[in-house]
Amino acid sequence: MLKDITLGQFFPGKSLIHRLDPRAKLLILLAYFVALFLAKSYISYGLMVLFLAAATMIARIPFKSMTRGLKPMLIFIILTAVLNLLYTKGGRLLLSWKFIHIYTEGIKSAVFMALRIILLICGSFLLTYTTSPIALTDALERLLSPLKFIKVPVHELAMMMCIALRFIPTLIEETDKIMSAQKARGANFETGSLLKRAKALIPILVPLFVSAFRRADELATAMECRCYHGGEGRTRMKVLRFTWLDLGAFAVAGLLLAAVIVLRHFGL
Amino acid sequence: MSNIIRTEALSFTYPASGDRLSLPVFEQVNLEIEAGSFTAVIGPNGCGKSTLAKQFNGVLLPSGGTVWIEGMDTSDEALLLEIRRTVGMVFQNPDNQIVANVVEEDVAFAPENLGIPSAEIRQRVDEALKTVGMYDYREHAPHLLSGGQKQRIAIAGVLAMRPKCIVLDEPTAMLDPQGRKEVIATISRLNKEQGMTVVLITHHMSEAVNADRVLVMHRGGILLDGTPREVFAQVETLRSAGLDVPQTVELAFRLNQNGWSLPLDALTVEECAEAIAKALEIEN
Repeated sequence: MLKDITLGQFFPGKSLIHRLDPRAKLLILLAYFVALFLAKSYISYGLMVLFLAAATMIARIPFKSMTRGLKPMLIFIILTAVLNLLYTKGGRLLLSWKFIHIYTEGIKSAVFMALRIILLICGSFLLTYTTSPIALTDALERLLSPLKFIKVPVHELAMMMCIALRFIPTLIEETDKIMSAQKARGANFETGSLLKRAKALIPILVPLFVSAFRRADELATAMECRCYHGGEGRTRMKVLRFTWLDLGAFAVAGLLLAAVIVLRHFGL
Repeated sequence: MSNIIRTEALSFTYPASGDRLSLPVFEQVNLEIEAGSFTAVIGPNGCGKSTLAKQFNGVLLPSGGTVWIEGMDTSDEALLLEIRRTVGMVFQNPDNQIVANVVEEDVAFAPENLGIPSAEIRQRVDEALKTVGMYDYREHAPHLLSGGQKQRIAIAGVLAMRPKCIVLDEPTAMLDPQGRKEVIATISRLNKEQGMTVVLITHHMSEAVNADRVLVMHRGGILLDGTPREVFAQVETLRSAGLDVPQTVELAFRLNQNGWSLPLDALTVEECAEAIAKALEIEN
């Protein structure tokens, strides 16, 4: 049951987007986010949607997987849109009923806000769908490496992320086992008040934590035995290299950002 | 032949915690492991065999005496990396020694730590994975593999350091019979084909049978030391230490109690059958 949980699901593939350097993908996503917050008109939002749709198509990611990822966020998106609809004043008054006043500006800002959130989420999904977690942590480590000079433990953070990703399935499996074991002894997780159900989780969490600490201890020993001694003097098997492909992708993303900025300048 | 591991008057006591008195795990152990040999260490639970293994690459340091790895003293911190790349170690639970979520990335972990150039890491990883027969799984996620496969990945992860000796601490304890077979076959092949020194800690007698030498530990000391034939023939000594003997030896021993006179050094089923056939012939 718990095995179905996936975090940052990755669809392996060989498309142009898959082959991009993970650092390039991260930076482009960042530029995309900036452009999203600068966009102010239907034209620029149209450009943003077009860009993401094209990228999704090139990556051969089915649109269905994108929309499926949006489902849990639906309430949040609707709520934001409604709030914007009700509280933005300006333009023509379209509807006025008791305390509800809807203006044209309100509709515009509601649509834009919803679009902004949807595109933010879909953009991040496209990144995790096309980039393996290990490549992503690797890219983060490289991109953040200048922070080492102000004593930010970049390597340690990346290593932690990598190990966390590695152990998610192991710990989920373990939780499953503990739950079955406690159920076999008559534990009840499905009925009762909220407080009762929360209390029922304690016999799961305690053994899970104990075992996680034991695993951590053993893993640390195993890592030491394999000569791990921090990030210093460490090399990598797969070295990240920017290619012409990345340059092209940067150019396209840069153009998009520039277009949005220019449009904003003209009040569009 | 030179010795790869040598201990001299080795003693070890875990640091006392709280009001618990700490007894020495072992005392005055003098041991030499020959390069290229296959040594099995057996003993009942809590006899200190895992603790002894951890002395061999400086995970634990002696409280008394010295451990030398190819002439390097394990208590010399400057030599620690060199010692650890000479003696690789594989543990019981394969899940808790795999670091990365892609097989080949995990095997690359040790050479990456050693600062080896990328091209050579690639070469070492491929070689190590081929040695353990897991090359086809190099892009898989470890948590989807079977226990035996995971343990072979863990062995490959150690092999990628190109160690001279590999110490395995009950590597089959958590595996099913199929996985156990795979792992033991891999270990024997490493020893026979590549001349790798192997120290196998186990409590499966059948795994110790393949070794060149068997060490039996009991109550913090070495009780028996010899070839599997010599050691397993001492049925009564082994029993008093709470250990089983291989089934073939057990059979011969029980028959002898009933008036037969069979040799106690038959370790395979075929040998045992032959010995019984011979005894029958003499009787007739």
